[in-house]
Amino acid sequence: MTQHSQGRQPSNDPSPASTGDAGATQPKSQSPPPAFAGRVAVSAGRRAFERIVESGMFLAAVSSVVLTVGIVAMLLWESIGFFREVSLGEFLTGTRWAPTFEPSSYGILPLLCGTLLTSAVGLTVAGLVGTTLAVWLSEYASYRVRETLKPILELLAAVPTVVYGYFALLFVTPLLQLVMPNLPGSTALSAGLVIGIMIVPYVASLTEDALRAVPNSLREASFAMGATRFHTAWRVVLPAAFSGVTSAFVLAVSRALGETMIVAIAAGMQPRLTFNPLEPAQTITAFIVQITGGDLPRGSTPYRAIFAAGLMLLMLTLVFNILGHWLRKKYREAY
Amino acid sequence: MVNASTPAGSESSRPAPSTPQQRLDTLPSMQQRTGSNARGGHDSGGLPKGEGSASDASQLPARKALVQDLNFFYGSFQALKNINLPVYDKRITALIGPSGCGKSTLLRCFNRMHDLYRDSRYEGRILLSPEGVNLIGPEMDPIAARLRVGMVFQKPNPFPKSIFENVAYGPRLRGMSKKSDLEAEVEKALRGAALWEETKDRLQSNAMKLSGGQQQRVCIARALATTPEVVLFDEPTSALDPIATQRIEELMRELCERMTIVVVTHNMHQASRVSHFTAFMYLGELVEFNPTSKVFQNPDKKLTEDYITGRFG
Ligand SMILES: Nc1ncnc2c1ncn2[C@@H]1O[C@H](COP(=O)(O)OP(=O)(O)O)[C@@H](O)[C@H]1O
Ligand SMILES: [Mg+2]
Repeated sequence: MTQHSQGRQPSNDPSPASTGDAGATQPKSQSPPPAFAGRVAVSAGRRAFERIVESGMFLAAVSSVVLTVGIVAMLLWESIGFFREVSLGEFLTGTRWAPTFEPSSYGILPLLCGTLLTSAVGLTVAGLVGTTLAVWLSEYASYRVRETLKPILELLAAVPTVVYGYFALLFVTPLLQLVMPNLPGSTALSAGLVIGIMIVPYVASLTEDALRAVPNSLREASFAMGATRFHTAWRVVLPAAFSGVTSAFVLAVSRALGETMIVAIAAGMQPRLTFNPLEPAQTITAFIVQITGGDLPRGSTPYRAIFAAGLMLLMLTLVFNILGHWLRKKYREAY
Repeated sequence: MVNASTPAGSESSRPAPSTPQQRLDTLPSMQQRTGSNARGGHDSGGLPKGEGSASDASQLPARKALVQDLNFFYGSFQALKNINLPVYDKRITALIGPSGCGKSTLLRCFNRMHDLYRDSRYEGRILLSPEGVNLIGPEMDPIAARLRVGMVFQKPNPFPKSIFENVAYGPRLRGMSKKSDLEAEVEKALRGAALWEETKDRLQSNAMKLSGGQQQRVCIARALATTPEVVLFDEPTSALDPIATQRIEELMRELCERMTIVVVTHNMHQASRVSHFTAFMYLGELVEFNPTSKVFQNPDKKLTEDYITGRFG
């Protein structure tokens, strides 16, 4: 102890010395103003450049806001036109969606049903496969395997969804028909399965990032208690990454709800009020594609229906995003 | 300020030979015994396994673990060189030495933490009493080793779960699922970690919200909930303030009545306050192992003396 207090005393000495140094530099810092002013003059051009860059970035930010507001305003405007002709009550509670038939009917529930059904199937697949893949990549795979597989996985996300659509129609459905011979040629199931396959890369990649962000000290704590790798991954690492995993799922939900080509090609374009995935279905997006592709006159009620349906989809996505945001906030981890 | 039961102030009264004796009178022949085998360890290795002979049993505490000819490699880098070290039952053994000398590496051999990382290799034996299994033998399941040897880390690392779930983690892992059993176990462990009074009303709140010292005691409770035979502490107080440090030190003294403790510390005062035995390591080798009072009053090796008097490190 005595040796130590002796050891500390000299270490106190340098501090007055350093304050002396600081005092010595003060007069110096008063002398350079001319040099400093010179530097300002040189950087005047640079400052103008800075201002241009800054306002450019501000414009970009503003335009994105303006665009969003514009899109919503357009949706609202056309929807208002639609709701002059069809009551909101009929739209929200009607069980038959038949805009192009006589008599026409505008109940959104069958479309909502189709959207939720294909998304639910897709999210189940993506959730199970994506999370398992992420856990495996992050907790089991060696560094080399991970660094090879992740880029390939991200490449999968670049496959055009049309390709996935035909994959569902020409490969997945026939495969399912081998097991269930009575299955129709277009079902919510095959579309949903392929939506799931399409979003697996997103879920896996984002979840893996979240898992890798969990500090190693938590893994070591779990292993030191005698836990297996499996137990550590599912009981410690995955819950600790909850907010990141939620982000991955919010993105996955948005992708699934908004997916268009796969459902347009493989789900059958038949609006039905059913939660049976073995039947054909039509989603909101598939309906919008159908009408936009047809030759209905602009301003007609069926044409305006696509905006009301689009607004519905926007609301749905918004609800899931808010839910995800709230969950993330509630379970935010600070290690 | 300092716990009276520990020979804390003894350093200041360095020339007085009576102070170290107070500690040593329970183990009178320790000085010669361990002093002579600090490096080779042949002597301690040759001690009768179960402390069979009556004279030995009266003079030495029972041995809980014995490190024999231990070499450890990170890839091709040899971090531990021929370590021989006894760990006595229900005593605190401190590992001291300058940063990077291999203290943590040695500690993490006991519970096979190195197995989690690629390219680590053990040579030699760590025999755990009473049955003498080799903790680092290839036939030993690392999980079985970790079930018997608990660990508390340098930085408090509670899980981002409730206090209850943190402490119940080990019991659950061992198949305990009845709520009343778990509650009893959690209370026992929290009492053992001197944390029950502070947390009994908020067992369901997140452990991450506690102060650093409390978090570290949650980690201690988590390790205690599985009643390990040996608990390893790797610089358990280096992230804590002096008051939290003192509480942890007191806690370790209490715990050693029931279990064996090995503690790595960067702080020599801490080693002298809490431990019964001290091992001084340098560059991957064990330089000296002796009763703590001997290491700090009258070390066998010049290198040890240089280190504890602050001449390097
Ligand atoms: N994972 C690792 N890979 C390679 N070398 C390591 C690793 N961990 C520690 N070392 C090296 O082993 C030596 C001992 O480290 P460590 O046991 O952490 O020292 P201490 O705990 O005594 O400060 C150091 O030289 C350190 O650089
Ligand atoms: Mg260390």
